[in-house]
Amino acid sequence: MKTCSFRFHDQDFIARPSGALFWPERGALIVADLHLGKSGRMARHGGALLPPFETRATLERLAAELHDTGAASLICLGDSFDDDAAIMELGAEREMLEQICQHHDTLWITGNHDPAPYGLPGKVADQQQIAGLHLRHIAETGPDISGHYHPKLRLAGQRLPAFLIGDAHLILPAFGAYTGGLDHDAPALAALVPRGRAIVAGRDVHMVPLPLPRIIASRAGRWSAKR
Amino acid sequence: MPAFDQTLPETLPAPLARWFDAQGWSPHRHQMQMLQAERNALLIAPTGGGKTLAGFLATLSAACRGEMGAGLHTLYVSPLKALTHDIGRNLARPVADLGLTCRIEDRTGDTPATQRARQRVDPPHVLLTTPESLALMLSYPEAPKIFGSLVRVVIDEIHALAESKRGDQLMLCLSRLRSLAPNMQVAGLSATVENPAALAQFMGGAEIVVADAGPQPDIAMLPTSAAPPWSGAGGAYAARDVMRAVADARLTLVFINTRAQAELFFQALWAVNDENLPIGLHHGSLSRDARRRVEAAMAEGALRAVVATGSLDMGLDWGDVDLVIQIGAPKNIKRLVQRIGRANHRFDTPSRARIVPANRFEVLECIAALQAVEAGELDGDGRAPVGGLDVLCQHILLLACGAPLDADALFAEVTRAGPYMGLSRTDFDACMDFAATGGYALRAYDRWQRLVLRDGLWHLRDPRAARAIRMNIGTIVAPELLTVRRGPRGGAPLGEIEESFAAALSPGDTFLIGGQTVRYDRLRVMIVEVTPQPTREPKIAVFNGLKMATSTELSARVLGLIGDRAAWAALPDHISDWLALQARVSRLPQPGTLTSECFQRGGRWYFALYSFAGRNANQTLGLLLTHRMERDALAPLGFVATDYACLIWGLEPVRDPAPLLDPEGLRAGLQDWLAENAMMKRNFRSVATVAGLIQRNLPGARKSGKQATFSSDILYDTLRKFDPDHVLLQITRAESMRGLADFGRIEEMLRTRAQLVHSMAPHVTPFAAPLMLEAGRIPIKGAASARLLEDEAARMMAEAGLTLEGIVAKTPV
Repeated sequence: MKTCSFRFHDQDFIARPSGALFWPERGALIVADLHLGKSGRMARHGGALLPPFETRATLERLAAELHDTGAASLICLGDSFDDDAAIMELGAEREMLEQICQHHDTLWITGNHDPAPYGLPGKVADQQQIAGLHLRHIAETGPDISGHYHPKLRLAGQRLPAFLIGDAHLILPAFGAYTGGLDHDAPALAALVPRGRAIVAGRDVHMVPLPLPRIIASRAGRWSAKR
Repeated sequence: MPAFDQTLPETLPAPLARWFDAQGWSPHRHQMQMLQAERNALLIAPTGGGKTLAGFLATLSAACRGEMGAGLHTLYVSPLKALTHDIGRNLARPVADLGLTCRIEDRTGDTPATQRARQRVDPPHVLLTTPESLALMLSYPEAPKIFGSLVRVVIDEIHALAESKRGDQLMLCLSRLRSLAPNMQVAGLSATVENPAALAQFMGGAEIVVADAGPQPDIAMLPTSAAPPWSGAGGAYAARDVMRAVADARLTLVFINTRAQAELFFQALWAVNDENLPIGLHHGSLSRDARRRVEAAMAEGALRAVVATGSLDMGLDWGDVDLVIQIGAPKNIKRLVQRIGRANHRFDTPSRARIVPANRFEVLECIAALQAVEAGELDGDGRAPVGGLDVLCQHILLLACGAPLDADALFAEVTRAGPYMGLSRTDFDACMDFAATGGYALRAYDRWQRLVLRDGLWHLRDPRAARAIRMNIGTIVAPELLTVRRGPRGGAPLGEIEESFAAALSPGDTFLIGGQTVRYDRLRVMIVEVTPQPTREPKIAVFNGLKMATSTELSARVLGLIGDRAAWAALPDHISDWLALQARVSRLPQPGTLTSECFQRGGRWYFALYSFAGRNANQTLGLLLTHRMERDALAPLGFVATDYACLIWGLEPVRDPAPLLDPEGLRAGLQDWLAENAMMKRNFRSVATVAGLIQRNLPGARKSGKQATFSSDILYDTLRKFDPDHVLLQITRAESMRGLADFGRIEEMLRTRAQLVHSMAPHVTPFAAPLMLEAGRIPIKGAASARLLEDEAARMMAEAGLTLEGIVAKTPV
């Protein structure tokens, strides 16, 4: 499997095809926007009944990433649950999640969907500073590492999750299974990372410069996630 | 309109009879039969037979007798919005002339919301609509009130509707209407079809009225000065002959099978248009304006010929056309007959049509088609034995929006609909379960079911859901289109191609669009970048969905023709010589046997299988056989599929085809291949959209198609991993086997032609040579899309003057 190493404010990081970020020096795996329990929330609100397997799929992928990187700690950058009720509805997956949290030093950053993931092992904070970098859900004053926007980038006809790496902000793609995304050049994202690099995830990782050279502007500003 | 019956039967009310007289018309026999029909009736009439009037005579008569009470009397359903407008105008005339009390309104997606709301409270006497709008109306709680007074339903172009899921949906709605208005009468109006009884069955049973077919059509091959080429589909060799025929006729329609071929042939025709006759081009990729202009020019009599694709196939009135020329084999006898009907859009003069085969194989196909027309034999269209289950899922949800459902009563109602008469209770329950709970192996939503059972009735749990369900009505899932632009810097748009076609292109491939040959450079965002390449022959034609495969009946006739030396007398000399040479060098395909051959040329071994199973099945065969050849270390390099054969080349000879063609192995291979196939994912997207798992339209926001493609792939992968037997995967699999893969025809080929005949030929055979010239070769490659990504990323970094400053490290998985 190909991964891609890069530096951000004097720290080395490894972008992984799964959309997870590994921080070797800290032994930490950072993921954003797990959106566990999304299908349940949609069902509750009378929406489409999506296959109720995404929580399991996401947790299986997360466990595999922790195993492959040998990470000692796990940092979730918010919107880990699709809403508060999603934590209550975890069912059989709760055990999987508790296993993960018990074996890894877990930090839950709160997001806009899940103000407080109570009742699970680990520490809860609305933000945290490590090595001069702020870890938070939504990018503010940098340098920070955040999630929230679910950045996507179109490359060779595919629309893929992407890490955006600018001067002040490092923005992670969503790790959850049923998450749509916002194009990297949508106004909100282009304002945060006007230039720099993007690492496209998916089956492999590929680094591209930002803004994309000679790009014909895509129709920006579309969320595919139901919010 | 010419008269067949000089005396007006008494059943026509006097004012209406006088009105007919005043127009100088008298009703056709079949029109009167439709008026007199006491039960549901299906009219089969050729183009120009006054079908629509036949459908409405009963309504007009009722209006003359003052029988229009309060409420809806007649519902007219047509597949085309444009038709509802035309019909509205045509009906308004007698109604106004006779001063009848009869309010006529249409209701389509274009109808303003205020009018739609009013129609729900105060419906007109005659409502003209589309299947989708009807489904929507049935989802409202007022449906019983709106439709309770219904006396008559007229379904126009029912033969066209019967070929798609729209027909399934309409028949389900019709069944509901029968429950709401038990005494209503249905009139189906159809063009000529092979099997009127099957269409009547599709309607749920009807008496069949067949209009006088008129004189036998005058149909033959167009004499050409040169013999057709060995391969190709363009027909350009005959441009001068076609031009001569155009000059001799008043107005000629030149039909050709694909849009790209229409473009090419139009150019070829233009090049030999020495007299500068006004000729036009009409196909679906042209802008609406361009099409309208051509239609208007035709209507004014300003054109002498129009080169067209199927975009002209339905519903329009081409009164002055006196010659139809079909370029390329018609692929389907029924379609040929319907197209001939375009010529002399009058009932009493014979249609004149000429066929131009595009290559030598097509000469055989054209002769076989002519023999079939002469014998009055049409082909079937292989309709699914049971209507779409995804359509049923949507129907259940829609009805639940209107009122709580009784499952037993609904099952009885659904199985009264023609396409669902064979529906099993198990399948119905699976759809019901999908609608209620999502139908997952893991019962995750017990508390949040979409439908809940209370007092024996299924209720919509959350009324908010109704809006989203209604917004996603319909069974047409349009393919995603990408804009083609010239040059890298946002040059002029040239047209649109399907995403699937774009994804299959490699840089350097050439294709034709908007009348010019272009070279594919790259795909960027939603734009396909190309460079004009006027000097190069386009390798790949613009591809619109699946190409129509030669029908089973026609293929069988071609095979029969080849196998019967006595029948060769009907063939041109160059064709019978060609067949005789094939018989000497290798073997001739025969009915009842499956013929293949193998030979060597230029360091490659070629394996040709004469399946006569149609293009789509041969495409599938090519993929499956190359896969099995790879397994057997025969090192296949590529293949090409036509309607008649599949030609595979590789590094090793195929000495015994039996292990490759073992049905069990092919079936297993198909399952594996299908599961991973991108087309399967597209089929799943369509099924999931129709069934309501993916919502195209959400209250407040419209999901763009591109994003739906993305999320449906994830849903597909998730389902396949965690719930492989889910009902939507079963539907997808069944549809892919039938449509995309056409596996049914492969099975049939293996069953009916069990005896394998294989020969090792000394060199290229006369039959294989045209295959080797065929365009659209498919190389066997693996991780093509990954490589494209890699190239594109590296190119961008290089262009920006950057290197992958980080280390792209290979780490063990």
